[in-house]
Amino acid sequence: MNNLYVEAFVGGMLIGLGAILLMLLNGRIAGISGIVNGALSGFSVQTFWRWAFILGLVVAPFVASITGFTLPTSLPVDTATLVIAGLIVGVGTQIGSGCTSGHGICGIGRLSKRSIVATMIFMGSAITTVAITNLF
Amino acid sequence: MKYIISAAVSGLILGLGLVVSGMVDPVKVIGFLDLFGNWDPTLAFVMGGGLCVYLPIYHLVVKPRGKTLFDEPCQLPNNSIIDIKLIIGSVLFGLGWGLSGICPGPALVNLSGGQTGILAFVLSMLLGMILTNRFSK
Repeated sequence: MNNLYVEAFVGGMLIGLGAILLMLLNGRIAGISGIVNGALSGFSVQTFWRWAFILGLVVAPFVASITGFTLPTSLPVDTATLVIAGLIVGVGTQIGSGCTSGHGICGIGRLSKRSIVATMIFMGSAITTVAITNLF
Repeated sequence: MKYIISAAVSGLILGLGLVVSGMVDPVKVIGFLDLFGNWDPTLAFVMGGGLCVYLPIYHLVVKPRGKTLFDEPCQLPNNSIIDIKLIIGSVLFGLGWGLSGICPGPALVNLSGGQTGILAFVLSMLLGMILTNRFSK
């Protein structure tokens, strides 16, 4: 068994654990795009948990580095493409009410029909995008 | 205060998962999405691992309880309609994800890596969210 498969599975379990903890303790769906969007409304008692969750995500690499896991040091595309992609991801996740975490893990985990459909669509769209990009 | 700590711990564990699983590496993500080319199936195990934890705990504990461990109500989406917004939004999200190999969680986790491309992606994503909020009101 390839070590990378084990890391992917164990990492996935940690993602699921973090997400279910947010439900068990805060009663919230761990959808990153939704949490970020809610945090954009500013600092208030209602949004503090969102900022705390985001802080947890941002400091995670420092904790991970203790066990030897590091962040990537190069990106596959140029900054102009990242600006366009970021914009589309921001718009798309708000119109579609979720991303990989909210629909892909929490939504499918709840067996939500909307999330199962959303995940199939964004996976299909992403796979198609990569296939088309490869032609150029 | 306890809700702030529990949210921070949840975010930290989820972020660790994104690093350990390889989801933070856009090269790997694009390899996973390259189904018709040089496909790297590794990241399929990430969703598998996540659902192995989330699905049973949700259905065995959260759903029957209906409340958090602190006895507060769980805030669950009650919309079950598959509408045009869900479809268009998901198509767009997939387009952006496929172009970059980056989705919102890994974008935030990568911020401390100091790459300008990541910062550009995150700022642009925030702008996209703000613009969508403005025009959907």
